[in-house]
Amino acid sequence: MQKFNSNVPTGPLENRWEKHKFDLALIAPQNRKKYNVIVIGTGLAGASLCATLGEAGYNVQSFCYNDSPRRAHSIAAQGGVNASKNYQNDGDSTWRLFYDTIKGGDFRARESNIYRLAQLSCNIIDQAVSQGVPFAREYSGYLANRSFGGTQVSRTFYARGQTGQQLLLGAYGSMSKEIASGRVKHTSRSEMLEIIIIDGKARGVVVRDLITGEISSHVADCVVMCTGGYSNAYFLSTNAKGCNTSATWRAHKNGAYFANPSFTQIHPTCVPPTGDSQSKLTLMSESLRNDGRIWAPKNIEDCDKNPNDIPEESRDYFLERMYPAFANLVPRDIASRALKGICDEGRGVGSIINDQRLGVYLDFSSVIEKIGIDKVKEKYGNLFDMYKSITGENPYEVPMKIYPAPHYTMGGLWVDYNLMTTIDGLFACGEANFSDHGANRLGASALMQGLADGYFIAPQTVANYLARGKFEEVSNDHPEVMASIDSVKSRIDRLMNAPKPKHSPDYFHRKVGGILWTACGMARDKKSLEEAVKSIEKLKSEFWLNIKVTGSNADFNQTLEKAGRVADFIELGHLMCIDALDREESCGAHARLEYLAESGDAMRDDENYGYVAAWEFNENGPELHKEELNFEFIKPTYRDYK
Amino acid sequence: MNFTLHIWRQKNTNSDGSFVTYHVENIDSDTSFLEMLDHLNEKLIEKGEDCIVFDYDCREGICGTCSLVINGHPHGEKKATTTCQLYMRDYANQRELWIEPWRASSFPIMKDLAVKREAFDRIIQSGGFISVSVGSAPEANSQLINKDDADCAFDSATCIGCGACVAVCPNASASLFVAAKINHFERLPQGKIESKKRAERMINQMEEEGFGSCSNHRHCETVCPKEISVSNIAAMNNLL
Repeated sequence: MQKFNSNVPTGPLENRWEKHKFDLALIAPQNRKKYNVIVIGTGLAGASLCATLGEAGYNVQSFCYNDSPRRAHSIAAQGGVNASKNYQNDGDSTWRLFYDTIKGGDFRARESNIYRLAQLSCNIIDQAVSQGVPFAREYSGYLANRSFGGTQVSRTFYARGQTGQQLLLGAYGSMSKEIASGRVKHTSRSEMLEIIIIDGKARGVVVRDLITGEISSHVADCVVMCTGGYSNAYFLSTNAKGCNTSATWRAHKNGAYFANPSFTQIHPTCVPPTGDSQSKLTLMSESLRNDGRIWAPKNIEDCDKNPNDIPEESRDYFLERMYPAFANLVPRDIASRALKGICDEGRGVGSIINDQRLGVYLDFSSVIEKIGIDKVKEKYGNLFDMYKSITGENPYEVPMKIYPAPHYTMGGLWVDYNLMTTIDGLFACGEANFSDHGANRLGASALMQGLADGYFIAPQTVANYLARGKFEEVSNDHPEVMASIDSVKSRIDRLMNAPKPKHSPDYFHRKVGGILWTACGMARDKKSLEEAVKSIEKLKSEFWLNIKVTGSNADFNQTLEKAGRVADFIELGHLMCIDALDREESCGAHARLEYLAESGDAMRDDENYGYVAAWEFNENGPELHKEELNFEFIKPTYRDYK
Repeated sequence: MNFTLHIWRQKNTNSDGSFVTYHVENIDSDTSFLEMLDHLNEKLIEKGEDCIVFDYDCREGICGTCSLVINGHPHGEKKATTTCQLYMRDYANQRELWIEPWRASSFPIMKDLAVKREAFDRIIQSGGFISVSVGSAPEANSQLINKDDADCAFDSATCIGCGACVAVCPNASASLFVAAKINHFERLPQGKIESKKRAERMINQMEEEGFGSCSNHRHCETVCPKEISVSNIAAMNNLL
């Protein structure tokens, strides 16, 4: 196993990546075809990495669970992608993007990584434009920008509300070019279920063919995981239904440290759940808060009334009341927490689920009065249409209802500056790693990170790893390969044949999601987290006793797929709560209720918690390793939104 | 709400399939179409039966995974919508629903309602990209692009690759899918250079995959969830 060392370069911040690149070993073009790399996942990070490694001449084998690489969940990202081009001449720079990102993450990420990300941001835009990504343009023909997520500069590039889709299709096109060239061999509808480790190095994976149920092993010289985040641990999230933690969790159980698992981002403006059958939540762009006013009834008796019948004096514009300076534009975490607080008080509106109404109003009547319905249509027409199609209600006439939903996970596999996990030869890119967003992610920076990792960072660091290593040939009947296959088969066997089959995978998924949402969401406290740890341990035993999977394992079986993923979410959920318990501070997207000032402001504790919590899997319970964060170039400051 | 569902069940690509009738009860009108099927599958698990396989992922209309023909209409009757964006309130007066997979020989049924659409991936691999390698891109603003062209390119680029256009076409033609990609790049100066070759390769591949040709039925644009216009097909034909 590689040492737990961040391998961050030294020297002036501006030169670190350049210097590091020079220090990395290279492989000559004619030798690259001798090396084999496995890539799991084909979202922005995975597809861009496959394309880049293929173009360089390596042999790449990739897998995804979707029926095509183009369907990875990066496709659903709406807002945009940041780059410090400073096209708007409004004072942007690499340094400012770096500073905004690290501050947005509440000073819980590495300076060196984020500075590199800011440096590479401009290359991403150049690359995407050359691939034909149709970013928004001005009438002059130049690229357009907008300000996004409360930043003071306009640095966000966007393609209507479909930026993720267009960037992914760009990467997918480049990857397809390499599939055609024969250097990338891709298999869809395949799920990675185990990692193969030989002599301490990641040397392959075991995958299940989701159509036939066939289990097969694939060996290579190294493995890269680009498998996304784990918001679906909460069951209801804005992630696609298939998004899961299974690949990262298998890596964790085989020795890769999992960093900051409790760092999750909960987005305030989602369409609320309407009933017990709800399967996912849909995000609406945060830009709605620019003009919409958020309120809830002052009196519980008014909660089931038609909102248009509730007089002005009976409405509580609670964000405007609590945060007069920023009002409805307070950051995501603060808005989400306030919103949930109102619903927990019993002042929520909308459908009753488990005795609670989950929603508050987002009201556009004042802006419609002020600028007219046509202007509002021009600005938000597509979002209003989307809301209407989901809810059947017309937001031009009745206020929208919103409720927070898990959206992105900053935590993930711990990686060093080379994006390598604590397992030699196992890399993690994009949302799957913990790297750049600290305790809270700034808007429009997820796409930036996935593509920086895939196009520009991992191709260099993977090459260095290959150049410096010696890789003996591994055959598919190697004892470790056979052992990994056996472990996958016996696990499937246990899922198919529980002692007392009783409940479906969704039943357990909703249970673990409910526990996490209540105890390990935006607001946490010691007592509920301790209870949650116990409940999840109990749920885990129940799961393996009572999980009911119908059909056959040698067949297309979506129930079996779900069961395997839920088993991993339960174990990850346990670690999320343990991590949240350890962190006795309010930081980034999370409030520990014991560590809030009387004013409600978060109390971050840099002295005692200025570290990345990297958890090692251990049969007797997770073991914490701390990576202390040193700020050499900037001085951590405190957020104040009053 | 209660519904009678006639759902296509088929064990695998090589076996015969048939409709099986199910009844679902007490469905809330705000339940989505796919959640209604989730609900049915939960009942099947309770009874110890194999669940109905159907494709889905993002459930917000952008990934292009979901794919059902409902009462004869790909993605249902509602315009500009994917199956995952249908709600049971849209079916208030239709108590009986016939649910089938995409029907096209180039999209073989794998099980029940799920089909294989890898033919679309192979069409893209034949030329649906701009041949640029990472690292060689010029400064993004060095090439100006007329806003109207950029907007038109965007309209074509919104294709989600779901395959509804094939499912509805009497010839099972993939012309709208192919034309949208070709036209997306043709509209942009950085894509135009390879346009002719791209069109030839992609159309050849489409034919090789067994998709039919376009004979102007224009059903494709009426079912397209992203409302991609058949004018793309005309533009494609002009390139040949």
